[in-house]
Amino acid sequence: MSNTDFSLAIEDLTVSFDGFKAIDQVNLYIDRNELRVIIGPNGAGKTTLLDLICGKTRAAAGSIKFKNIELTKMAEFKRVRLGIGRKFQTPSIYENLTVFQNLEVSFPKGRSVLGALAFVCDEEVQQRVHTVASDVLLGDRLQLQAGLLSHGQKQWLEIGMLLMQEPELLLLDEPIAGMSAKERDQTAELLKRICNNRSVIVIEHDMDFVKRIASKVTVMHQGKILAEGPMSKIQSDPRVIEVYLGH
Amino acid sequence: MSMFQALNKRYQLISLFILAILLVVVLPLLLDIFRLNLIGKYLSYAFVAVGLVMVWGYGGVLSLGQGVFFGLGGYAMAMFLKLEASDPITTKIQSTPGIPDFMDWNQITALPLMWHPFKSFSFSLFAVVAVPTLLAWIVSFAMFKRRVGGVYFAIITQAVALILTVLIIGQQGYTGGVNGMTDLKTLLGWDTRTNGAKYILYYVCVALLIGSILLCRWIQTSKAGTLLLAMRDKEDRVRFSGYDVADFRIFTFCLAAALSGIGGALFTLQVGFMSPSFVGIVPSVEMVIFAAVGGRMSLIGAVYGTLIVNAGKSFFSESFPDLWLFLMAGLFIGVTMAFPMGLAGLWESFVVTRWEKYRSKAKGSQSDKAALAGGLQ
Repeated sequence: MSNTDFSLAIEDLTVSFDGFKAIDQVNLYIDRNELRVIIGPNGAGKTTLLDLICGKTRAAAGSIKFKNIELTKMAEFKRVRLGIGRKFQTPSIYENLTVFQNLEVSFPKGRSVLGALAFVCDEEVQQRVHTVASDVLLGDRLQLQAGLLSHGQKQWLEIGMLLMQEPELLLLDEPIAGMSAKERDQTAELLKRICNNRSVIVIEHDMDFVKRIASKVTVMHQGKILAEGPMSKIQSDPRVIEVYLGH
Repeated sequence: MSMFQALNKRYQLISLFILAILLVVVLPLLLDIFRLNLIGKYLSYAFVAVGLVMVWGYGGVLSLGQGVFFGLGGYAMAMFLKLEASDPITTKIQSTPGIPDFMDWNQITALPLMWHPFKSFSFSLFAVVAVPTLLAWIVSFAMFKRRVGGVYFAIITQAVALILTVLIIGQQGYTGGVNGMTDLKTLLGWDTRTNGAKYILYYVCVALLIGSILLCRWIQTSKAGTLLLAMRDKEDRVRFSGYDVADFRIFTFCLAAALSGIGGALFTLQVGFMSPSFVGIVPSVEMVIFAAVGGRMSLIGAVYGTLIVNAGKSFFSESFPDLWLFLMAGLFIGVTMAFPMGLAGLWESFVVTRWEKYRSKAKGSQSDKAALAGGLQ
């Protein structure tokens, strides 16, 4: 497959679970600095697609290229080191550690065993933890045990943990699930701020939220890409209305 | 660093200091050399318990085969001591003088190849750590890279313990079989059976144990320690933050194996023999009980747990030999159900919390007085 200018190029990607094709011959191209929203009904394969990109699920066929590097056979942690950050659907944070420790552990240094033994939380790391914490609105919660945060704050913390790694591609699976109206507004602002200098893929159900953040939307249905384009065009697409928006 | 962590660090240091005083001063003054030697034997098990705190408590991976590594370390030391005890003059009545007695009984006429390196003391010391670590690396690499964990890993470690026991018992001519290696007398010409030698070996054991605790404590406070806790909680999050989870597990498992090996060697030196009864499934599970009773998250608790369970074992098995195993099982079930954090957890929730409350109250009343004094002025 040819090299491209895209940040992420997915071609003919297929995966099946017990004969059921969760992802079927998908092609998807994400530009540098693009924020793309993926929508679609339950079971359309949205989360599976993110799983394939970050390596949680192995592809059966096809290619995933990030910065023109083939990912399909690569170990998960190596994909992360290349610059791919994944946020899970339910907030996945270390509940027993403090907010500070959660962010500190995510700092991309000392990733080998020996490196972790020798790791020192120096000025640079502390600086970065403080910057990221205030970015995700947790600047005054650093010493709090992460398990005590509200649901929305946990979502932010996980985004913050990803930002610590300065990923070039950020995969966010339903980042506003379980958030209050105010928290949604704050998250929309946050997303706009953090998509500078990086590509972001967001899976979302909340159409108001999608309208606020998206320039380009991809609609998935039954493991395939149904439509792709700007939000206004997608909303008037009859096929999309039938399988998704109409309900 | 937060207030809590700073306090916690100081509290840890004080606990270690108290343990050191107990082991270095109090017990040697209170006990005769026979009892002190018993304590030394228990402390050699404590190395395994400390390793289990790292691999099970911190790493979240239960191993039911730590006796294997204890045994390998012990056998490595025993092989050196046995060769030293089998010089041609002492063994001149054998049909082949100069080889260990059990080989002669099994019609082996020359020292097996595997035994030759153990003529060297420095190689034997190296082997005490290296052999258990190597086996631990092979087992854990094969398992953790394939993401085998939890109960499955525990079962595999049991299988390894069983295999090694069968191997040792079956290869009588090479290993001493079910009797093990007995009649170990001298270490580089130094008689280890005298009271003076027993005192020295006891202190060596205590020093190495405290050193091991400090090493483990240092690992716990490093980023590697935080990561171990993190991957026990959310393994996927750690993996998708760019870490090879398996590497950290392998490291911890090898560390625990190396510590167990050192413990085994100290056991051999202090007790004067090594046998398969310290390798198999039962001793391996017993060692988990030591760590569980002491508290699987506490390095120092693990030492107390080992001492208390073993002291109980000596006492009860002298008085009620038939009941001991039932008592032991009851103890394990009781502790894990009622106090999952063991003695250390009890100590922390009852004594330390109350002490902190009392202190903050004392501080509070002081500031009340100060406020009152300020008001009066």
